Amino acid sequence: MGKFGKKNKVSENIPTSALPDIIFMLLFFFMVTTVLRDQEILVEQKIPQATQLQKLQKKTLISYIFIGKPKNTSLYGTEPRIQANDALMNTTEIVQWVNQERDKLPEADRGGITISMKVDKDVKMGPISDVQTELREADARRVLYASVGKVVKD
Amino acid sequence: MARKKNRMVQEVNAGSMADIAFLLLIFFLVTTTIASDKGILNVLPPKVDPNVPPPDIKKNERNIYTILVNANDDLLVEGEYRDNANGLDKDVKAFVLNFGAPDEEAVALYNSLPASLQAEAKRDPESSDHPKEAVVSIKTNRGTSYEKYLEVLDLVKKAYFDIYATRANLSTDEYRALSGKDDAEQALIDKGKEGIGMQISIAEPDKLGAN
Repeated sequence: MGKFGKKNKVSENIPTSALPDIIFMLLFFFMVTTVLRDQEILVEQKIPQATQLQKLQKKTLISYIFIGKPKNTSLYGTEPRIQANDALMNTTEIVQWVNQERDKLPEADRGGITISMKVDKDVKMGPISDVQTELREADARRVLYASVGKVVKD
Repeated sequence: MARKKNRMVQEVNAGSMADIAFLLLIFFLVTTTIASDKGILNVLPPKVDPNVPPPDIKKNERNIYTILVNANDDLLVEGEYRDNANGLDKDVKAFVLNFGAPDEEAVALYNSLPASLQAEAKRDPESSDHPKEAVVSIKTNRGTSYEKYLEVLDLVKKAYFDIYATRANLSTDEYRALSGKDDAEQALIDKGKEGIGMQISIAEPDKLGAN
């Protein structure tokens, strides 16, 4: 009995001095991996799944285009719309947008501009093909169909 | 006096440090979106110049593997109806590695392949002549869902990546993870690709039965 009493007295409280360090470690992890949203997504984004995903080496070359049903259907209707930067746009404006994006890149990299198409699952091929025609027109022919990994079941 | 003061400020109270850190942590947790720049890479064809007539390409029907997807997401693969895309990658792989009528160069290519890929060659005269001639054509409808299109493209890519990976002696996932950032990786990529181009043709969708 006496033995137990002695033990209890020795380790009365847990040392919490290392706790801030642990929390800071987590904090730094999230600070490093975080990308602050600089734009609000106005269209629905349920990214489809695929298995053969590839990563691009140079992230600076990527420009994003979002296609999907508008979230605010009362304002923009239910047909799929295209969003680039922070506003919805028409198909005809894509060429101009691509040229703007290309001008932001250093001169040597301009040929390698890649458009990451973040397309909602429910969009049909029609609008996508229209966008691709415009991208060909703008000579931005590298396209990345953004998708998330799928667990393969055999 | 001085001695007394010193004793009081001997240690800073670090107990609330964790709280401050937690607050920051939660802020970053909420605002974070772990960047996912992953996807399926596709290179579109150059735009059509109206002054230049399209090149007259004569290609044997047997060298083109046609995949049609209609507005109901049904597939027509080489004239055969399928209601799902399962197993398409295996069929595409068999088509590419058929070696029905190889020329001299293709025979050399065939001999350079590892045995497991050589075994795939069925030498069917009705299928592709050799990998350099083989083209996979995907044609969709304007009403086809993007999800189905991506699934089909994904499987066709898988077929090619499987071949590349086997040649480079890697697993498919390992091969795809190669980025070519140093010479050794680039050499592996080239080893896989050499002589077998990823020839995927994506036709413009037709307008039948869709808006």
